[in-house]
Amino acid sequence: MRFRKAKEFVIERLIYLSGFMSIVFVVLIFAFLLKEGLSMFWRVPISDFLFARNWYPISDPPQFGILPLILGSIFVTAGAGVISIPIGIGSALFIAEIAPRRTKEVLKAGIELLAAIPSVVIGFIGMVTLVPLIKNLFDLSTGLTALTGSITLAFMAMPTIVSIAEDAITAVPRQYREAAVAMGATKWQTTWRIVAYAARPGMVAAIMLGIGRVIGETMAVMMVTGNAALIPHSMLQPVRTLTATIAAEMGETVQGGEHYAALFAIGIVLFIVTFLINGVADVYLHKTKK
Amino acid sequence: MDKHVIETRQLSLFYGAFQALTNIDLNIGERRITALIGPSGCGKSTLVRVFNRMNDLIEGVSVTGSVVVQGENIYKPDTDLITLRRKVGMVFQRPNPFPLSVYKNITFGLEIHRKGSNVEFPNIVEQSLRNVLLWDDLKDRLEDSAMRLTLEQQQRLCIARVLAMKPQIILMDEPCSALDPIATLKIEELMQQLKKEYTIVIVTHNMQQAARASDFTAFLYLGQVIEYGETKRIFAAPTEKQTEDYITGRFG
Ligand SMILES: Nc1ncnc2c1ncn2[C@@H]1O[C@H](COP(=O)(O)OP(=O)(O)OP(=O)(O)O)[C@@H](O)[C@H]1O
Ligand SMILES: [Mg+2]
Repeated sequence: MRFRKAKEFVIERLIYLSGFMSIVFVVLIFAFLLKEGLSMFWRVPISDFLFARNWYPISDPPQFGILPLILGSIFVTAGAGVISIPIGIGSALFIAEIAPRRTKEVLKAGIELLAAIPSVVIGFIGMVTLVPLIKNLFDLSTGLTALTGSITLAFMAMPTIVSIAEDAITAVPRQYREAAVAMGATKWQTTWRIVAYAARPGMVAAIMLGIGRVIGETMAVMMVTGNAALIPHSMLQPVRTLTATIAAEMGETVQGGEHYAALFAIGIVLFIVTFLINGVADVYLHKTKK
Repeated sequence: MDKHVIETRQLSLFYGAFQALTNIDLNIGERRITALIGPSGCGKSTLVRVFNRMNDLIEGVSVTGSVVVQGENIYKPDTDLITLRRKVGMVFQRPNPFPLSVYKNITFGLEIHRKGSNVEFPNIVEQSLRNVLLWDDLKDRLEDSAMRLTLEQQQRLCIARVLAMKPQIILMDEPCSALDPIATLKIEELMQQLKKEYTIVIVTHNMQQAARASDFTAFLYLGQVIEYGETKRIFAAPTEKQTEDYITGRFG
């Protein structure tokens, strides 16, 4: 008896500790980012860092304006959103509401499989299939464009969007569907006007988490977007994202140097953006639970 | 008896291999309240859900015999379920308003059936809410979510949203089981108002409710109608032993 009590106590404490640790880690990571990156803002004012148009970190004197990188990330992310949101929500509705049981199982397994593919593999497939396709289709000098990145990343956002939105749709109480059908609503009217409406908060959360994944993605995007740190004017130009910049340049920097601090400052920006997006997603996820 | 709006002949229903209803012959009179009573699992819900074909949603259900609603056999292959369900409205056991505003709950049916133009909606909403005695309580809360109403108000709203479609028959499956006794009495009063215009079929577990509120009562047991007749007569002088045992509370 005493032993069991002690065991319970230890297990409880361990669980408590591991929950606590995850918060500690996040705080430590953010503290580390600030320590390494904050010095950037003594040298360059925040507004210049965010909105200056040139990113020439190794010229003399260096210029640290991340606007082209921010725009690169926005272009790629927005493109991926435009592609993956309608398809993702559509598939979620199909899987949850329309597909017969067997089809549903197969599709869900497929989505899980898609989620499990390492991003470098998706990037590689994009590089050998999509890049030449885009180049020929639009008659460009290079197929490494924002659009290529968007399509590649859409494949990565899709599983997140589909699986979370599908959960939200499935969680809509059956009584709503029954009520609608009993009033003479068609399958489509029930699905669209009642079920999708009731699942809205969960769908917003799904979209946010999908987009969060896109913003944070690095490897695949580096392989297909061409990595030119220039202000983009169309989806058919090469771009460079915030994440790709850190990954590509970190190796060439001197620890503690200006360039090094600039990359960490980019890290801070990314951290804050993804933190906000996940926060919004969280708020909406809790709304569905209620 | 008066004009029948629902007539079943040799109606049997199977969930897969399990027979839930057996050879049911039942005539339901127009503008009457007909109560279906019987012990749990005897097939009351199954039977009301035959009348608007809600059983179709369940896989593996098969039906034999005929069910004629206002002169039409609703199990004919070319039956238009949408029209049927507009004519035969349903109120469920647990109040289940849509997670929309009070107003939208009522206009949902109008929109899907393209009944009336949007200009008439406010009038129809008002009329439907007045019919269920909710208008005075809710006229300033039409944009509130229906989920914020009390359970009784929610159930009334569910009735109102059915009334807005101008059905001819209203099916109620234990509509008061989630309500307190006072709210229950109020819903029963409402039913007496509604029967001037509508035919009502109500499933209930509550003997007093059947005795108080209905004109006709059918006692079901193991998927069969054991006895059917005027409520007064069934409760005063049941002819079947099983009916008597049930209404006197000896089983069920
Ligand atoms: N979807 C289903 N699949 C298989 N059997 C079912 C299904 N629904 C109901 N049944 C069975 O059919 C019989 C009648 O069920 P029904 O729900 O109509 O009873 P009821 O009289 O409404 O009971 P209660 O008073 O508990 O609501 C029961 O034996 C039940 O187990
Ligand atoms: Mg029942």
